[in-house]
Amino acid sequence: MTLAASILAGDRLSLARLLTQVENDSPAGRAALMELFPHTGRAHLIGVTGAPGTGKSSLVNQLALHYRKQADKRVAVVAVDPSSPFTGGAVLGDRVRMRDLSGDPNVFIRSMASRGSLGGLAQATAGMVQVFDAAGFDVILIETVGAGQSEVDIARLAHTTLVVEAPGLGDDIQAIKAGILEIADILVINKADRPGVENTEKALKSTLELAHPTQRVFHHHGRYSYATVETPFDAKLWIPPIQKTVSTEGRGIPELVEAIARHAEHLRTSGDWAARERARLEVELEMLIQEALVARFREDVPPQQFRQVVDRMVQRDVSPWEAVQSLLNGRSK
Amino acid sequence: MSDKKIRVLVAKPGLDGHDRGAKVVARALRDAGMEVIYTGLRQTPEMIAEAALQEDVDVVGLSILSGAHMALAPRILDLLKGNGQTHVKVFLGGIIPDEDLPRLKEMGVTGVYGPGANTEDIINDIRGALAEKA
Repeated sequence: MTLAASILAGDRLSLARLLTQVENDSPAGRAALMELFPHTGRAHLIGVTGAPGTGKSSLVNQLALHYRKQADKRVAVVAVDPSSPFTGGAVLGDRVRMRDLSGDPNVFIRSMASRGSLGGLAQATAGMVQVFDAAGFDVILIETVGAGQSEVDIARLAHTTLVVEAPGLGDDIQAIKAGILEIADILVINKADRPGVENTEKALKSTLELAHPTQRVFHHHGRYSYATVETPFDAKLWIPPIQKTVSTEGRGIPELVEAIARHAEHLRTSGDWAARERARLEVELEMLIQEALVARFREDVPPQQFRQVVDRMVQRDVSPWEAVQSLLNGRSK
Repeated sequence: MSDKKIRVLVAKPGLDGHDRGAKVVARALRDAGMEVIYTGLRQTPEMIAEAALQEDVDVVGLSILSGAHMALAPRILDLLKGNGQTHVKVFLGGIIPDEDLPRLKEMGVTGVYGPGANTEDIINDIRGALAEKA
């Protein structure tokens, strides 16, 4: 039986091992992803992002508990923490807040290191999510690296993106800057029992009032990536709700889960679900093409030639752009 | 880019609440380029085995200061085997009397470290044990 087949049959050890293969981008991992791909596209992908210390892990823990107890859904968690830029090592500590989930065979938590990616996810996160999707998990919670202002990759991957804030983290100027707040489908003010919660709520509310709802087509590396399925003009626009939670006590969680369900319903009725699905696959395709082209380029250009061009750049003989031209023209002779 | 990282679960089974040692080791392994999954205090053997499975780790490091190592270590080794994770190397740190060492090794514990152990040694032993396997 192939690795992919045993995962479809529900084997947890094979699942864990395949996640490693996918994370390491091994040939076996790629082969299994191909086999599993037709079985994907069923899960609800929920992204959870926000600054470090806002309580993302605890919130994920509570959401997973709720989906297990109230809805009997199978829940997977992918939790990303940063890798050291110097040693490549990492301490992945999100499980510390998720101990309530242990002992339940219908929950599967996987920690992953960002391994040099800067967008708040790791390069292999999308692949790992596909594996969980194919394995029959209904809800996949994706927790990003503690994200500051522009780590917005999660919005390209998830159907529903929660941006988690906490009282006392910034003023209303922070709230009108571009970036992370724009990607929120739902704004969560966690630690809502803390002083200052009114100010945070006010700042976020005024942001939402200033914003005019826009069509969500993403810039990808500075370019638009078009979603070809378009939202009809008369479709209702989604205004991100603000949900207050105290995740250590489970307060506000049922209301948050309801808001997530409303968002999923909105995506389906407006046609946005299909549009996002299409945009996501387009982005993934484009990234894989880039990877493949770079790999092919590296195979074609001998390291010696590459070094020579760098030498000439150092001597100011050629500009970086001329260097690119000469390497691209010089290949596959 | 295919790049196999060493993945280590650092866990504290049992009831003692002193996790400084576990954190020092987790930090040292991180600085050695490993990916360390830290699970926190008061883990049951079942929780540790489950996390080791889900995270597909190569190594489990246990920190035990309560004196219960002769009960906890074999239980965790059994659970790992029961899950099919026979390749996982188990290391033990804490207050472990010398007379227990032979029995622990017999059970399948790869390395044991007491107070004052050098983190360099732990790192080298982990790399050595995994190289042997490959």
